[in-house]
Amino acid sequence: MSTTLVVVLVVVFLALVVGATYNSLIRRRNEVDNAWSQIDVQLKRRLDLIPNLVETVKGYAAHEKTALEAVVAARNSGISAQANPHAQAAADNAISGALRQLFALSESYPDLKANQGFVSLQEELSNTESRIAYARQFYGDAVSAFNTAIQKFPTVLLAGMFGFSARDFFEAEDAARVVPEVKF
Amino acid sequence: MFGFVLVLALVGFAVGTLIGNGVTGTIIALVISGVMAVTSYWKSDKIALAVSRAVPADSNEYRRLHNLVEGLCIAGGIPKPQVYIIHDDAPNAFATGRNPKNAAIAITTGLLNQMNRVELEGVVAHELSHIKNYDILVSTLAVTLVGSIALITDMTLRMMWWNGGRVSRSGDRNDRGNPLAIVGFVLLLVSPIIARIMQAAVSRRRETLADVSAVRMTRYPPGLISALEKLQADNTETHSASMATAHMWIEQPLSGVKDAGRLGMWHKLFNTHPPLSERIALLREI
Repeated sequence: MSTTLVVVLVVVFLALVVGATYNSLIRRRNEVDNAWSQIDVQLKRRLDLIPNLVETVKGYAAHEKTALEAVVAARNSGISAQANPHAQAAADNAISGALRQLFALSESYPDLKANQGFVSLQEELSNTESRIAYARQFYGDAVSAFNTAIQKFPTVLLAGMFGFSARDFFEAEDAARVVPEVKF
Repeated sequence: MFGFVLVLALVGFAVGTLIGNGVTGTIIALVISGVMAVTSYWKSDKIALAVSRAVPADSNEYRRLHNLVEGLCIAGGIPKPQVYIIHDDAPNAFATGRNPKNAAIAITTGLLNQMNRVELEGVVAHELSHIKNYDILVSTLAVTLVGSIALITDMTLRMMWWNGGRVSRSGDRNDRGNPLAIVGFVLLLVSPIIARIMQAAVSRRRETLADVSAVRMTRYPPGLISALEKLQADNTETHSASMATAHMWIEQPLSGVKDAGRLGMWHKLFNTHPPLSERIALLREI
């Protein structure tokens, strides 16, 4: 009779351990998904700020057609690329490059630089760029924690059974590794 | 933490040998300090902020600070705590709150004036790390255990005093000549001090953990290093602090326990923060 009791206790114990492991993997995977959507939130915020910026600049420097059109085109590519991660990364680079050009150009327009709306938009955009960077950093941390959790022994035995698979890190595009060039 | 429980067990043992009925005393002590601890833990943010005369930071006036905090919260994956300002020239900051959802950080105007952006980022990341690592919970547990030990020993000593050196009237048959009673007595006198020393040690470990978590959050050790160096050079005393809240600040706020590189061995035991030079050296190695 006591052998049955021992077996029952062992089974209950194992069930608890498996349950706890499963729950922790769920929590980590949801954190990865949450981190990914965080990046999207910040990217969208940046896209929303651009039209105001274009209008403000047009008020002072309407003839800077190339720079303005580049920004608008980059923004449009950003909107259309929202589903596909690769296209999104390419669009992101285009937006960063175009914005950088625009801000560099604004240096030669003192009226524009003094405009309160322009200054606050510039700060908001710079702030959003920081947040995008932080969000990507957090995504990397979350993916790293999740991948480590499902690859460690003995969780690795359960992970495959429950269908947890490793997630990809956010890769910087090769273009992003090149030092940016600012043309005046 | 294990050390604490050990000391508590030893104290219980000491009490047990001195009184026939130590168990009731221990239970009463634990219940009282438990209630006190839960209350202070639950309301820790309000209490700490009120004691320090902190005011909420207006989001327009302190736009940059709010942006900084929000950005770091994204990096740390924690909800944004409430941000408070303390009008004091001494550069300092603290974090409080029972869990990340009910947390607050407070920064002095002195710190905002003296630090540049990356240094402020390092300090805010340090405070957010305290919240993320549930350090308030840890230090409340430590304080509870210290409180229990102090209460138990105090009660036992009083009972001994009132009974003229003996603790239990009916225990005469066994207590006389019991050598363990002397050990127990010494333990009773010494344990509150030992408990405080351990509480300070726990606090120092959590401070180091917060430093390391902070640079993990910012990925930029020179920011926090530079901030700590500025704190080391500054000698202004924080007036809004008291002994009770000393452990939560980023730097020792009281001049009595300030790190001047010449701290006596005794003071070192009771420091709630590791010396600044040690903290800087550790961060440089990262």
